[in-house]
Amino acid sequence: MQEVAIILISSVLINNYVLVQFLGLCPFMGVSKKLESAIGMSAATTFVLTLTAMASYAVDRLVLLPLELEYLRTISFIVVIAAVVQFTKMFIEKTSPLLYRVLGVFLPLITTNCAVLGVALQNASRDLNFAQASLYGFGAGAGFSLVLIFFSAMRERLAAADIPQPFEGAAIAMITAGLMSLAFMGFGGLV
Amino acid sequence: MLDSLLQQPLLATLIALVSLALLFGALLGFAAEKFRIDGDPVIDQIDELLPQTQCGQCGFPGCRPYAESIAGGDAINKCPPGGQSTINAIASLLDVPAPDLDAEHGEASDIKTVAFIREDECIGCTKCIQACPVDAILGAAKLMHTVIADECTGCDLCVEPCPVDCIDMLPVEEGIDEWRWPAPAIPSGIIATDKTNPATSEDVAA
Amino acid sequence: MNKTWVTPGGIHPPENKQQSLTLPIGELPVPEKLVVPLSQHIGVPATPCVAVGEQVLKGQKIAVPSGPLSAAVHAPTSGAVWAIEERPIAHSSGMSAPCIEIVSDGRDQWIDRQGIADFQHTSPTALLDMIAQSGIAGMGGAGFPTAVKLDPGFRRPVDTLIVNATECEPYITADDAIIRERTEEIIQGIHILSHILGNPDNIIIGIEDNKPESIAELEQQTEDTGINLVSFPTKYPSGGEKQLIYILTGKELPSGQIPADIGMVCVNIGTAYAIKRAVIDGEPLISRVTTVTGEACGINRNYQVLIGTPVSHLLQHNQFDQQRSSRVIMGGPMMGFSLTSDQVPIVKTTNCILAPSHSEIPAEQPAQPCIRCGMCAEACPASLLPQQLLWYSQAKDYERLEAHNLFDCIECGACSYVCPSNIPLVQYYRNSKGEITKAKREKVKSDQARERFEFHKQRIELAEQEKEAKRAARRQAAQQAKASSAGSGSAVDIIAAAKARASEKKADPQQQRAKLERSVASAEMRLQVAQEKLDSAVANSESEEKINALKAAVTATQQKFEQAQARLAEQLQ
Repeated sequence: MQEVAIILISSVLINNYVLVQFLGLCPFMGVSKKLESAIGMSAATTFVLTLTAMASYAVDRLVLLPLELEYLRTISFIVVIAAVVQFTKMFIEKTSPLLYRVLGVFLPLITTNCAVLGVALQNASRDLNFAQASLYGFGAGAGFSLVLIFFSAMRERLAAADIPQPFEGAAIAMITAGLMSLAFMGFGGLV
Repeated sequence: MLDSLLQQPLLATLIALVSLALLFGALLGFAAEKFRIDGDPVIDQIDELLPQTQCGQCGFPGCRPYAESIAGGDAINKCPPGGQSTINAIASLLDVPAPDLDAEHGEASDIKTVAFIREDECIGCTKCIQACPVDAILGAAKLMHTVIADECTGCDLCVEPCPVDCIDMLPVEEGIDEWRWPAPAIPSGIIATDKTNPATSEDVAA
Repeated sequence: MNKTWVTPGGIHPPENKQQSLTLPIGELPVPEKLVVPLSQHIGVPATPCVAVGEQVLKGQKIAVPSGPLSAAVHAPTSGAVWAIEERPIAHSSGMSAPCIEIVSDGRDQWIDRQGIADFQHTSPTALLDMIAQSGIAGMGGAGFPTAVKLDPGFRRPVDTLIVNATECEPYITADDAIIRERTEEIIQGIHILSHILGNPDNIIIGIEDNKPESIAELEQQTEDTGINLVSFPTKYPSGGEKQLIYILTGKELPSGQIPADIGMVCVNIGTAYAIKRAVIDGEPLISRVTTVTGEACGINRNYQVLIGTPVSHLLQHNQFDQQRSSRVIMGGPMMGFSLTSDQVPIVKTTNCILAPSHSEIPAEQPAQPCIRCGMCAEACPASLLPQQLLWYSQAKDYERLEAHNLFDCIECGACSYVCPSNIPLVQYYRNSKGEITKAKREKVKSDQARERFEFHKQRIELAEQEKEAKRAARRQAAQQAKASSAGSGSAVDIIAAAKARASEKKADPQQQRAKLERSVASAEMRLQVAQEKLDSAVANSESEEKINALKAAVTATQQKFEQAQARLAEQLQ
């Protein structure tokens, strides 16, 4: 139980993939204008991250390590990620066409989301069992969701507020993200 | 078997990657069948937001074709009867920026108009009845034509076909029931010390 | 001691009520002209039932309700109907509305008043009908037709009747005055209400503790009557329906519902008094108590004012000083609105005419930017977020405004009162509410237009299909004819075949004869007309060309006539 808590706190807060490790910034900036699309995107990414962590762990332990093909990790993980993302895309297209249209190009871009590949590679380089690897994947997704939702809520308020013209749009978003990152780095040393 | 494979890294690589690809390909193929969709319901959602005047000012023969075109990626600022509020609503739905109304397609106007036929001059030719997209003109050949004001959307497609030019577009009167509170003036951002010196701030004079 | 609950937020502005309570309710002389608007209530304006020039008596019905959500209107004094036209009325827009103008004859003569003394043995339906015919609407300020409110219809039975004696807005003392002077009649009115509603379990009069004299009177009169008098600490805006229900019962009225949905009815105490006068004394609603107050008026007092009295009449009799006054407000300082003209009439919902001096209510300060202090959210009695509503209203984000429950705002003005930047918050909300309502109305219209367009397309398609079907049928018939006409496809043969078919059709002799007779008759008529034309041309000495042309026409028509006759003769043989 304590182990589960440590893994989760570590991947959600202390080593937050977006604000502390600076991975996955593309969807973080691109899909955070509206709260609804942010929630949709974070659900999709968490889904992808968890499945990918499990699938890539399986591929790593069952195919790559026995055949001593560790150098193929990057390629095979990308194959796994691409397949899982494509599956997610089809699933979302069927269940929520509006979300599909809103996410637009960012849905296939989860494939190139460095956070997803990052989680897979980090899990592979550590000595974990299947449950721990999945939990890291899920925690990464939860951390991504947390900051994405916070950020989009703030951006929505900023959209209605009176911003000085030079700062409108992407500029104030970047500044906000920077301040959030500063805050999350304060979690260092928690555990 | 494993040992023999380990001796030949190239073969091992090929087998590993190909089998991975096949496995995931099968999964995706299965998913493609299971999650097949027909049509694009977002067109309905866009169509709901358009004002349904069927006037053709956007360049399309009606609101639904324009909705389909928007779903295909067309600009969303081509509808004058909808005005800026419709553009904002579509922009919000599709999560794209909201541009200003494209003046090429017409001017937006706050005053709603409805058609009115001057009955003395009507010759009963039914050309306007054929032109009306919402069947808001009552009449038949050689009989009096009249516009049902409640159903008229103000698209003014009937004005041109009339051979005796007896159709006017009259503004709809907004009485006390339709009156709305005006928006307050946007604060000019004066600071407290401005209030004491009328010369520096024109707001205080109000 | 009854338990009371405390509403969230609220403010404590200076009450300024003592000025108008020094004198008892006064009477004013009847004005020369009275302008009675047809719409003094929520719902459809009433329809006039008198004509211009007609003599009317005091209390005579001059307009009938137009439909279920409407109220009747009565003549406030005897006289003649001068006009039924648009007149400026007290509305924030400054626009006019249809009114009936009555010139008084000075006699102030009543109609024959028929009251029901024994209301306990009269059916609630009959009482409701009487209330409806007496034109009673909510006199607390909203003006909802009372007969509609008291008829719960299919909703659940009413278990609580709340009588609203709060009068929380500063300066207004109209309800306070009638409670002090007409307590017994008010209690009778409450008994009538209770009977109509089927004797609810709880009858509560809610009153603020800043009215000690009224509380004393009511305590005395409600002893052993089953009516609970509950007083609670003064706070603005405790008099709002939702707020009062919460204070007295602890129950929150869900968003979008009315008190009848939770088994409650809330009635203003002035309306209860009007109900007594209508049912027991047979007097329709033609006057009400209005407070005239403010430093720009020499006299501050409550008056029994006739509906339709111009505001100028009131101001005149109270030593109104134009120079001192910054404006004239109909209503209180929080929820009233400034009048653009003093000719507008007093209506059923006018509880106060406030004429403040420049120092009493200074001119509006210019608005400064919002500093996000959050004091507005602290003051809001409906637990809304005025700051967020302001930002979204400025950004015209109507989706978010509805998500933040904009329509639950009661427009009490507490948020604008506390705002340190003097932002006119309530005007933003009113504007946004108007825009959202307009957009919803337009959506209904556009949906209708879309349906009509779809039907139009269908109709055209059907017509096209029918035409196609006919064309196809004709083509088929032609092809068959071609195939059956023995291989030769020359034009002559086809025509001969057609002729043969036609002559076959002509077989019926009777039909034939009738047809020929008709053609003879019409030829005869045509000959007559042509002859007449020729005769008139000759008589008028028209040009020779014309006469020759007409002669030729006559000759041709004659020929045709003779041919037709010949054919008929042939047939008869």
